[in-house]
Amino acid sequence: MRMALREALQRDPRVFLMGEDVGRYGGTYAVSRGLLDEFGEDRIRDTPLSESVFVGAGIGAAMNGMLPIVEVMTCNFSLLALDQILNNAATLRHMSGGQFSIPLVIRMATGAGRQLAAQHSHSFEGWYAHIPGIKVLTPATIEDARGMLWTALMDPDPVIMFENALLYNLEGNLAADAGPVGIDRAIVRRSGDDLTLVTYGGSLHKTIQAAERLAEQSISAEVIDLRTLRPLDMETVLKSLAKTHRMVIIDEGWKSGSLSAEIMARVMEQAFYDLDAPIERVCSVEVPIPYARHLEQAAIPQVETILAAALRTVKSHV
Amino acid sequence: MTVDPILARTLLHQMIRIRRFEEKSAELYSAGKIRGFLHLYIGEEAIATGVMQSLTSEDAVFATYREHGHALARGLSAGAIMAEMYGKVEGCSHGRGGSMHLFDAAAKFYGGNAIVGGGLPLMVGYALAQKMRHLSGLSACFFGEGAIAEGEFHESMNLAALWNLPALFLCENNLYAMGTALERSEADTNLVEKAASYRVSGMSVDGMDVIAVLEAVQKAVEFIRSGRGPYFLEFRTYRFRAHSMFDPELYRSKSEVESWKQRCPIAAFSTRAISEGWITAETVTAIESEVASEIAHAVEFAEAGSLEPVETLTRDVYTESVQKE
Repeated sequence: MRMALREALQRDPRVFLMGEDVGRYGGTYAVSRGLLDEFGEDRIRDTPLSESVFVGAGIGAAMNGMLPIVEVMTCNFSLLALDQILNNAATLRHMSGGQFSIPLVIRMATGAGRQLAAQHSHSFEGWYAHIPGIKVLTPATIEDARGMLWTALMDPDPVIMFENALLYNLEGNLAADAGPVGIDRAIVRRSGDDLTLVTYGGSLHKTIQAAERLAEQSISAEVIDLRTLRPLDMETVLKSLAKTHRMVIIDEGWKSGSLSAEIMARVMEQAFYDLDAPIERVCSVEVPIPYARHLEQAAIPQVETILAAALRTVKSHV
Repeated sequence: MTVDPILARTLLHQMIRIRRFEEKSAELYSAGKIRGFLHLYIGEEAIATGVMQSLTSEDAVFATYREHGHALARGLSAGAIMAEMYGKVEGCSHGRGGSMHLFDAAAKFYGGNAIVGGGLPLMVGYALAQKMRHLSGLSACFFGEGAIAEGEFHESMNLAALWNLPALFLCENNLYAMGTALERSEADTNLVEKAASYRVSGMSVDGMDVIAVLEAVQKAVEFIRSGRGPYFLEFRTYRFRAHSMFDPELYRSKSEVESWKQRCPIAAFSTRAISEGWITAETVTAIESEVASEIAHAVEFAEAGSLEPVETLTRDVYTESVQKE
């Protein structure tokens, strides 16, 4: 992420970063460490704890020729800026009859798993994907974290990037010339024939691990990383389903009214007869995320619960 | 300030134009031609008129849902606004916005916001970009005194002051936020003092006196353009009609309304302008006639307008032409 930010700041003088503790503190997850020294206070702006005005200001600056990257420390705090995001960012273009675009990027950390309890552990990716007028990205790999930011900045419309906090410490090698990546397609991370595992963000790596465990039992699982929740790439999902006929969706949001519910609805509408078994889903249990480690782990998707759901769907209606 | 006959006529024309437009809108609303919500600016015309007279095309304007007068004074045509309220595609927002969402990017008129206080963060961001891009324009946002209760006002004032932004805060204090009187919602009703608490310079102005408005805004604009930071103006005013067409006005007395009507900005300025010799009674008659004609044409334009085909319903949600779900 830091590399992506640096490149963006170097490439285009219209780009600037604004948010709480992005400057002197170096970013709450150290993503922006060093950027203040390199780019200065004009382009790396520490804001007061005022989510509504600094998100709204991002919109206003985007309306006036800048390419702001607004960092909301976590999606948990974004609720304070929800009016600006929904009633302004997502809506101004339409309400004005298409008179201007709002090329704003909002980045937010998301997800549970670090014992931060209920108010610091939300996964709102699916919720935000409900809103027409914005785009919602959920990078889960290093390539995507690096490549999606530039594409998002070049997008004329407001883009929200959700960065699962557990992924910040992922390590890997990146090609020196790794460039921007598309933000409107899902990617098949692992090919398979027996069932389709659909997921995004923080659950991707658990899903891949579950797929590896399934392989030990000679079950070949295809893993789809959605990468973008709005627009949703159902074409990739349905192509996989046409091959495997069975599906499990892994979504860290609470189950009711979640993104997994949306995917299930679309599969029903568009590919009902491709299903050999009901779709299973693994979501967060409907409880505010608890503090105690064992309770928190029981509340969110895990390799074991993904595995169990996959086995159920493979064994049903055979 | 020196007022010459040309300026006097311009100011009076603008105020009368707004007044007659609003009266016609009320009539058309009752006739079912305009739907949804309608918030009239009658009584407050001096403010939009005086402010827009002092802003340039480099400046940006953000307004509230009571923004017909601001839009007219900023240069949107009466026809475009009327057509918008008729929901026609020829409207300034192509029929997508209605009365509360008038936009004109070319005029740097950025709406039209139905969330009280919702435009303030936008204005602050726009001003931030003006500063970062070394542009000479300032950003102005109108809001009612009711917006002072919203967190967005405080966050916006603080950030504008902290970052020394070219931001003009224009508070139209008409004493009532819908039906709630200011003293029932604010522990401290001294608005300029609140601005001062954010280290924002400010002034309170008689909003019924278009010259006082003009003078105050010129001072504010000079202050901002000299790079000294944001400015706050409180305009003391009153809306002669209800909050919207649905409001039975149970929260204020008829005698209060009548006493403010005695201070009508149009009658007051017209009287003064004639006595100062800037205009004559014939000028006023001529203005009324021009305005009547302009508004009649605006209504014709709206009546003759077309409805956007439903097939393009999902247009303009994203900048690409095809909506992606």
